[in-house]
Amino acid sequence: MDWTAIALSVRLAAIVSAALMVIGLPIAYWLAFATSRWRFVVESIVALPLVLPPTVLGFYVLLALGSRSPLGRAWEAWTGHGLAFTFEALALASILYSLPFAVQPIAASFAQIDRTLLEASATLGAGRLRTFRQVVLPLSLDGVLAGAVLAFAHTIGEFGVVLMVGGNLPGVTRTVSISIYDDVQALDFTAAHQTALFLLVLSFAALASVYALLRKPWAVSPL
Amino acid sequence: MPLDVRLRKRLSPRFQLDVAFAAAPGVTIVFGASGSGKTTLLRAVAGLTSPDSGRVAIGDRVLFDSSVGIARAAADRRIGLVFQHLALFPHLSAAANIEYGLSRLTSAERRQRTAAIAESFRIAHLLAQRPATISGGERQRVGLARALVTDPDVLLLDEPLSALDHATQSRIIADLRAWNDQRRIPILYVTHSQREAFALGERVLLLRDGAIVADGTPDAVLNAPARDDVAQLAGFENILEAAVMERRPDAGVMAARVAQTAVDLEIPLTAAAAGDAIRVAIRAGDILVATERPRGLSARNIVAGTIASLEHEGPVVRLAVDVGVPIEVHVTPTSSAALGLAPGRDVWLVIKTHSCHPVSAV
Repeated sequence: MDWTAIALSVRLAAIVSAALMVIGLPIAYWLAFATSRWRFVVESIVALPLVLPPTVLGFYVLLALGSRSPLGRAWEAWTGHGLAFTFEALALASILYSLPFAVQPIAASFAQIDRTLLEASATLGAGRLRTFRQVVLPLSLDGVLAGAVLAFAHTIGEFGVVLMVGGNLPGVTRTVSISIYDDVQALDFTAAHQTALFLLVLSFAALASVYALLRKPWAVSPL
Repeated sequence: MPLDVRLRKRLSPRFQLDVAFAAAPGVTIVFGASGSGKTTLLRAVAGLTSPDSGRVAIGDRVLFDSSVGIARAAADRRIGLVFQHLALFPHLSAAANIEYGLSRLTSAERRQRTAAIAESFRIAHLLAQRPATISGGERQRVGLARALVTDPDVLLLDEPLSALDHATQSRIIADLRAWNDQRRIPILYVTHSQREAFALGERVLLLRDGAIVADGTPDAVLNAPARDDVAQLAGFENILEAAVMERRPDAGVMAARVAQTAVDLEIPLTAAAAGDAIRVAIRAGDILVATERPRGLSARNIVAGTIASLEHEGPVVRLAVDVGVPIEVHVTPTSSAALGLAPGRDVWLVIKTHSCHPVSAV
C-alpha cells in the first residue's frame, strides 16, 4: 500500500475542506439570502465544476498558474519557484474543483432556515454577524458538516485535475488515485487492490459516519 | 414616549398601505381582516420592511424618515416584536431565548433580568427547556418575555394569542396588562379577534385595504359601527337592508322594515327620516332562538322564520333562518340539541332593540 500517497491525499483533502469552509460559507450565505437578480450567474459559476471535465478545469488552472500568467509570475517572484506541478497548485485546483460540493449543501441548509428567526434576531438587537454565528450556523450544522465531508471525500477521489495540474511527483503531487493508476499501469494489481480497497473503506466510513450522526434524509447526491 | 407613524408602502399594483397615527403609551389594537395590511404595518415600524415614504419616530427619536434619508436598522430601533408564530430559536433553551437580546449586559445581569421576567410571566420552572418541549401557552409567554426583557421603547404584537384557548389567552392578557401598567410603553396589538380587542384595548384602529377606516374605543369602533364596511369587519354577520317606517323620538327608537319582507324591527333611533333606506347590523350571537312563539319577553323583536340550513363548526352551530331574507344565527351545540333544531323547522328569532345597530352605507 502506498502510504505516502495516502498521507498526501488526506493532507490535501483536509486543507481543501478547511479552505472551503472559509471560502464556501460566505458564498453559500450570499446564494441563500441574496435577492440580487444576478444570483443565477454566481450559482452557475459555482456549479461549473460539476459538469466540466476535470481536464478542462485542470487545463485552465494550469494556464492560470503557469509562469506566463500574472498569478504564476507573482508566485515565482514571491517564493522563487514556479506554481505548476506543486502541492500548492494542486490544493488551489482542488479547492475550485470541490467548490460546489461544499457550497451547495451549505446553501441549501441556510435557505431552509425560517426567515422570521433572522428577523427575530434583528429585532433583538443582533447584527448580521451575530445572527449568523448564533442562529444561522447552529441551525444548519448538518449542511455545513455535509459540505465539509463531501468536499473531503471528493478531493480524496479526484484524478483528472490532479493529473493535469500536479503531475505525478511522489510525496508532492502523487495522490492515492494517481498511485492506483500507476500500479495498474505497472500491472501491480496487488498494490492497486490494497490502495483501492483502503480508499473505498475510507470513503464509505466518512460518508456513513456523517449520515449516521445526523440521520437526516438527504439525497445521496449533493445536488 | 408616543409612537408616531406615517407611512406609505405599495405592495402590489392594487394594494397600498397608507396610514398615519400616533400611539400613546398603552395598548392600541390594530384590528382588521387578513390582507388588510396589519402585519405589513408592524414590519414597517419594526424596520423589517422599508416603506416607500413616510416617517416613524418614538418621541424625538426618528427611526425612519424618507424626506431626510433616515432608515435605522431593525437591530437599532429598540422595538420589541412578538411574531405570530413566535420565531423562538429552536436550538436554544427558554432562558437562552430570553437572554438573546441582552448581549450587551454582563452575564450576571442577564441571569438576573431573565429570572425576574420569567417570574412575572410564570415560566421560571421551564427556563432550561427548549421551545419544542413546552406547551403553546408557555411558548407564548417565552416569546413575550424575550421581547419585553430588553425594555423596548415600543412593543409590537402580531396576533400573539390567536393559537391559544380562551382561558390561556385571558391569563396571558392579565400578565401583559400588569407588566404594562408599570412600564407604560406604546403597544401595537394586531388581532382580528374581538375578544382580545375588548380585553386589552384602550383604543382600536380599524384597518381596511391598507387604510385606517375607524379609530376609537373598542366599544365605539366594534360595537356601534357607523359604517357598513366597518360592521362587516367587526364581525356583524347580518347586515340587513331596511327602510325606516316610523320614528318614535320619545321612546328613542324607530321601526324599520327589512327589505323584501314583512318583518318590522324596532331599532335605536338615528337621524334617518321616515322612508330613508338604512342598514341594520346584527351579530349572529346576539339572536335568541325559540321553537314556540315566546310570550312575556322584554325583547321587542320576535320574528318567525324557518331553518334553511344548519352547520356544526366546533363550538358553534351556525343556522341560516329564512324570514324572507336569510338571517345567520349562532347557538351552542347543546342548545341546538336540546331544542331539536333541524333544517325545515319553524322557529322564532328574538332580537333586542339594542342588538340592532343602524349603520349608514358607504
